[in-house]
Amino acid sequence: MNVALVKNDSGPAASSVFAAAQGRLPGAGKVADIRREAFAAFERTGLPHRRIEEWKYTDLRALVREVLPLAGTPDAAALARAKAAIASVAIDGATKIVLVDGVVALELSDLAALPSGVSVRTLRAVLDEQSNESRGDLLLTKASDPMLSLNAALATDGVVVTVADGVQLSSPLQLIHVATASKVARSSRSHVLIGQGARAALVENSIAAEGAAAYQANDAAVIWVGDEAALSHVRLMRDATDAVNVSSELFTVGAKSKLSLFNMTSGGAVSRLQAFITLAGEASELIVNGVNLLRDKQHGDMTLVVDHAVPGCTSRENFRGVLDDRAHSVFQGRIIVRQDAQQTDGKMMTRALLLSDEAEADSKPELEIFADDVSCGHGATAGALDDSLLFYLQARGLPEKQAQALLIQAFVGEAIEAIEDDDLRERVIAAAQDWLEARA
Amino acid sequence: MALLEIKNLQVRVEEREILHGLTLAIDAGKVHAIMGPNGSGKSTLSHVIAGKPGYEVTGGEILFKGEDLLAMAPDERAAKGVFLAFQYPVEIPGVATMTFLRTALNAQRKARGEEEYSTPDFLKKVREISKQLNIPQDMLKRGVNVGFSGGEKKRNEVLQMALFQPSLCILDEMDSGLDIDALRIAADGVNALRSPERSMIVITHYQRLLNYIVPDVVHVMSKGRVVKSGGKELALELEASGYAQFEDAA
Repeated sequence: MNVALVKNDSGPAASSVFAAAQGRLPGAGKVADIRREAFAAFERTGLPHRRIEEWKYTDLRALVREVLPLAGTPDAAALARAKAAIASVAIDGATKIVLVDGVVALELSDLAALPSGVSVRTLRAVLDEQSNESRGDLLLTKASDPMLSLNAALATDGVVVTVADGVQLSSPLQLIHVATASKVARSSRSHVLIGQGARAALVENSIAAEGAAAYQANDAAVIWVGDEAALSHVRLMRDATDAVNVSSELFTVGAKSKLSLFNMTSGGAVSRLQAFITLAGEASELIVNGVNLLRDKQHGDMTLVVDHAVPGCTSRENFRGVLDDRAHSVFQGRIIVRQDAQQTDGKMMTRALLLSDEAEADSKPELEIFADDVSCGHGATAGALDDSLLFYLQARGLPEKQAQALLIQAFVGEAIEAIEDDDLRERVIAAAQDWLEARA
Repeated sequence: MALLEIKNLQVRVEEREILHGLTLAIDAGKVHAIMGPNGSGKSTLSHVIAGKPGYEVTGGEILFKGEDLLAMAPDERAAKGVFLAFQYPVEIPGVATMTFLRTALNAQRKARGEEEYSTPDFLKKVREISKQLNIPQDMLKRGVNVGFSGGEKKRNEVLQMALFQPSLCILDEMDSGLDIDALRIAADGVNALRSPERSMIVITHYQRLLNYIVPDVVHVMSKGRVVKSGGKELALELEASGYAQFEDAA
């Protein structure tokens, strides 16, 4: 990673945020040491800026300017607002885990009624246990990134979820991040372990309660998918229109397993999902689909790093960005194929649909291939709606906006179709339809 | 009052005048054939009636059911009863044919203040029509025209005509790219839609199509104008003598 020697403008504000947070953050001893080291790592670059290659299209320093203070623990009024907000996204029958401003809200979650084979503990509880003074590893990751370092330094809470070996969950786990406070930051770190031979679906939402504005979210999840297991992970980022959300997800996938990841970003002023996926076991399958629906001056970024560390794995990445007005969509897809990773089959496709002259789409596919018996490829397109298709639809009676909506739906449809669960897929289609209707 | 009245229409495309004062009137229930060499403006005429962007009307007018057609957006014209069967129907992957048909039909009905079709009623209607046209159900589950052969695309246009029940059908070179059998099936479908309330404009180079869809009136276009009109025998005359004689008259 390039560490550019640039004057660090966010320095004083960030260090006072960190100082003020001491005493609120769970974990003492080694854990506290790790937090300090993590913050020092963050301070070396400060908020990432365009001269750091991985952030060149998402210059957080310019877009965000400063790190906001951590949100306080939500009070009863905040929890009530959160409860109202989650009603529209909560899935019937799912096991809900709700974090409000980065803190697990037990009363809004379903932790008392977990399905058999599932255990959930709050990060706070785990780190505060005396015997876990050495569990600083919960805050560490292999990837080094300034926002991940900041997350480690400031992680207030999160959940540690384990799905035991062989457990086949019949309904999804749903992690709902709700922001209720304005002009503050939240930092959560969660761990999810899908045991050997287990099957689970994990839905993750990021939403804003009424009145929540201009907040900063920095959430991280470290997810292990065991051998012969399957995880379907569907994320919906729909933050307040002036909020900033940088989410990091780190996956390690075992042998003969399947990980399918879907993310749709339609909210926020600045959103970034960075997913680091290591295929660590042979013969596994990875499918990543992403959709950005952006308007006004929204900025949405999906950054993927897929590491084929072992032979025989398949990866597919499919990204669709729809941009209106002066929106900005970024897709970065890096595929690394290590020297021993023969028989790798990795393909990536990113397509951007520009609905206005000022919209901007940036695509950066990268393939780093060190093995010699592989099948890898990538494609990137950007364009406007096809006039002849539009005219055909209008000539059949569809008014202009409806014709555009049908074509846009078709454009993102291929990515959304990849969601296996019928209910979930319908929800995501409905969310896309909402976005389209708001255009009319 | 004629169903369609075109008066002295002048149309420019990309700086070139294509229609030079075209005048034509079509009564309800009549089938008019328009023949002419390449470049005579036949397709331009059909596109201007349907409202395709890129055509600049520099003079004249078009009245449809007495209303100013050129003032309407393409979707309004469709709701009023104009249907253009495209020469090259487009493929729309990702939009299932059934979804497209239902959405379009209901959009037209809504524009007319009519009640939208319920899904079961709609499915029944489509099944009836597709059976008559020999279009298998699973083709309708695919994206619009995706993987359809030329003949299948034309039959899909006829299916839409039967579904939307337009007052004016413009068949833009329906015979292009079709073999005899495909042509017969499509023509049968079109003929089944002939009615006293419906008019058709059949645009073609060749007389053969007019053996299947027999016109009431035949017009010859040349250099952006109608240069001769007559009965169906005119088509046979053209077949014998070619278009050259009309090039000079234009």
